[in-house]
Amino acid sequence: MDLALVWFILIAVLWTGYLVLEGFDFGVGMLMPMVGKTNKTRRVALNTIGPVWDGNEVWLLTAGGATFAAFPEWYATLFSGFYLPLLLILVALIVRAVAIEYRGKINDDRWRSRWDWAIIISAWIPSILWGVAFANIVRGVPLDADHQFIGNFFTLLNPFALLGGAVTLFLFLSHGSIFLALKTDGVVRERAEALAQRFSVIALVVAGAWAVWAQVAYSVTWTWIAVAVAAVALIAVWFLVRTSSFGKAFLANSVAIVAAVVLIFGSLYPDVMPASNDAANSLTVDNASSTDYTLTVMTWVAAVLTPIVLAYQGWTYWVFKRRISEDHIPEHTELTFNKD
Amino acid sequence: MEALELARWQFGITTVYHFVLVPLTIGLSVLVAIMQTAWVRTGKEKWLRLTKFFGKLLLINFALGVATGIVQEFQFGMTWSEYSRFVGDVFGAPLAMEALLAFFLESTFLGLWIFGWDRLPKKVHLATVWLFAIGSSLSAYFIIAANSWMQHPVGAEYNPETGRAEMNDIVAVLTNSTTLVAFPHVIATAFLVAGTFVAGIAGFWMVKRARVNREHEDVTMYRTAVRLGAVTMLIAGAAVIVTGDMQAKLMFEQQPMKMAAAEALIETEQPAAFSILAIGNLAGDDPASVKHIISIPGLTSYLATGDWNAEVKGVNQLQEEYTAKFGEGDYAPNLAITYWSFRFMIGLAAFSAALALLALWFTRKKGVTDNRWFSMFALGVIPTPFLAASFGWIFTEMGRQPWVVAPNPTGVDMVWLQTQFGVSSSVSAGEILTSLITLTVVYGVLAVFWFRLMVRYAREGAPHVSQAPPSDTESTQPMSFAY
Ligand code: HDD
Ligand code: HEM
Ligand code: HEM
Repeated sequence: MDLALVWFILIAVLWTGYLVLEGFDFGVGMLMPMVGKTNKTRRVALNTIGPVWDGNEVWLLTAGGATFAAFPEWYATLFSGFYLPLLLILVALIVRAVAIEYRGKINDDRWRSRWDWAIIISAWIPSILWGVAFANIVRGVPLDADHQFIGNFFTLLNPFALLGGAVTLFLFLSHGSIFLALKTDGVVRERAEALAQRFSVIALVVAGAWAVWAQVAYSVTWTWIAVAVAAVALIAVWFLVRTSSFGKAFLANSVAIVAAVVLIFGSLYPDVMPASNDAANSLTVDNASSTDYTLTVMTWVAAVLTPIVLAYQGWTYWVFKRRISEDHIPEHTELTFNKD
Repeated sequence: MEALELARWQFGITTVYHFVLVPLTIGLSVLVAIMQTAWVRTGKEKWLRLTKFFGKLLLINFALGVATGIVQEFQFGMTWSEYSRFVGDVFGAPLAMEALLAFFLESTFLGLWIFGWDRLPKKVHLATVWLFAIGSSLSAYFIIAANSWMQHPVGAEYNPETGRAEMNDIVAVLTNSTTLVAFPHVIATAFLVAGTFVAGIAGFWMVKRARVNREHEDVTMYRTAVRLGAVTMLIAGAAVIVTGDMQAKLMFEQQPMKMAAAEALIETEQPAAFSILAIGNLAGDDPASVKHIISIPGLTSYLATGDWNAEVKGVNQLQEEYTAKFGEGDYAPNLAITYWSFRFMIGLAAFSAALALLALWFTRKKGVTDNRWFSMFALGVIPTPFLAASFGWIFTEMGRQPWVVAPNPTGVDMVWLQTQFGVSSSVSAGEILTSLITLTVVYGVLAVFWFRLMVRYAREGAPHVSQAPPSDTESTQPMSFAY
């Protein structure tokens, strides 16, 4: 198999890791006001992702860095082309990182409630925009002969892409509520279980519709398998949630996300960014990739390091495997701004 | 303003901002790890209190460091896409390695450290803070390797068919001579920053407590931290000077124009003096007006080559050489900025040196001080190494202009790129202006919160701790350090 293809697959893997892991982080952020009406219950929700959210976000940074190294042209065209949506995502990620860390540092209701809103909004924005971005890549965007993006912001706002935004949104809401149902106890758990029932149905409908649209309009025959797997997985989620098997539901939902990434990347290949105006202008796995030398080096690096990363990240989840309830949350001992 | 200028402002602002936070994280993570190690080994409560005190400040700083780092990862593609196309084959590799090797380590083990106080056995918990600290320094190595490649491209060749630089030797890229001296210089800087930070805050507290009661246990605790900070500063300061001098010698070979610009040396001199004060139009429009008022004879020759009598080329001669080689153009960076940022970089470090010596003097032989001037001075010095580090980068990066990838004078033909050709061609000035304003405003607001929290937690002093042994059988035991 040629190395460019290997890296195409590896980048799909990195995005899968990102969407599966940060998917529930975003879900928890979006659901915070729904599962937590008091400060303590919100802290229960937030602490389920506390030790892991930053490590999860590094999957995105790695996907970015790997795209830069393995497909410089793709990295350049994609991020300059999707300039404004990406800026919005970045602002959301910046605010979110700071909000999660700073929220509890001052014991003051106004301080907390402002950072809570920052956490909530900055989870909604990327949850929608990642779907919009991926749907646009699948659909193709106008590129000139130098592979430069020649559309504008509004090119990116088409029905197919907006539905794609709804897909990631509801998949993450469902993912996050299942995660909370697994990781908490008490009132947060009850609310999360109820929400999971609702969101798993919506996710099934929205994602199912989009997958069929993507398959019929933009994909190749073999990805019907991915569509089928996604459908079975999402139906399983719906069923498992109803029978309170949240562990299995979480796995099934992750399988659905994997299938969605397979559908997206399967439909792209051999392009990495299809040109909607003229297929000759498309960026492909071949014309966008680095040299064999660079790809060989990077393959060795990835082959050695990825298992190690997976091992210690997995260990983190094991260390923090316990459910969290209000009993675990210490009284607020943090400071207020006015001391003297 | 056109896209190029806006893009430069944006990159400069976001990167300098990122690097205000970076050195503190790198240095303080190690110092906190040392404090925790001392606690685990001696069992003395003061070490645990110091660990928690500075650990909290570290976390406040780290959060913003991470947040601003995310922009760094993507802005090459966003605003410098032509640059990314040209260098991606080489430059992307260290960036991807940084994420895989360093960022995962850093972020995962920090999470374990914050939340693991009562979940992990003491020694395992101690290991997590060390792994976090190691991750931070590793990340610096890879990013400096990437940056060094822009100062001195190696291990690559130009492919005329694709018009891109292509890597042919990863080992050369990762062991670039420029990296091997820039990395220790930057790491030493980080320790200078963190040492000053610790000694400054602890110095303030030592005085404050000693004024009430010299025998108070807090006084001993803060005195310990002051000395830890002071020793760190002295060692780091020495390392900064030694590695800085090595950088100067390399730079003389690799980027002679930057060397000339650092000194605002217009005409070639032999021997070349080191200027302490220059006046005139340093912006480069009117080189004839530059006058050096105070200078030390021969020092620049010595710094550049190790020989007091060596010739150092001036801007005018280099400009001619460059024109002959690369065609018409202006090859001199902005002399006012390079000249002054270089002097501020070195000069501002004097404050840290003074603080370190004063601190060691006042705390000699188990002594403490309640001198109010010392306490004010200790606090006042804290910002100076941060500023010095920023000026160091401004000098390095602005001194490289007009190149974004500077030509390597000894080979690697055609692997160079001027900044003006690196900017994204498909992004409009309006879009860049939008992001410039957005990011500046967001960063500005976050800086206010960062500063207020740092001050608030520093003013609270080291917390009191209960050393109840953690029992991991209690499933309802409250979590420590929880959000
Ligand atoms: C000398 C060191 C150094 C330099 C020059 C830079 N950084 Fe940095 N960066 C770090 C040292 C560092 C760090 C110590 O690892 C950080 C800093 C603050 C922090 O808390 O972690 C970090 C955080 C950080 C993060 C977030 C990582 C996470 O989520 O854990 C990213 C994506 C970047 N950086 C990327 C960059 C890029 C692309 C740079 C080049 C323009 C850059 N940094 C310059
Ligand atoms: C963190 C420390 C750094 C600081 C403070 C810094 C600062 C700056 C500044 C002030 C500029 C603008 C120069 C000008 O416009 O004249 C610049 C440019 C640039 N720097 Fe750095 N830099 C840092 C690290 C890096 C690193 C590590 C890289 C690469 C890995 C890098 C890549 C670039 C690029 C691509 C430009 C192009 C923009 C330009 O030349 O204007 N910088 N940097
Ligand atoms: C506290 C911060 C810093 C201090 C005190 C400091 C100090 C010094 C000193 C003493 C030298 C030797 C000058 C000579 O021998 O000519 C030097 C050189 C140098 N430093 Fe720094 N430095 C600091 C931060 C930085 C940073 C963050 C950078 C960015 C990479 C940097 C880049 C350089 C470069 C490129 C040189 C070689 C300059 C030349 O051509 O002479 N410095 N520095």
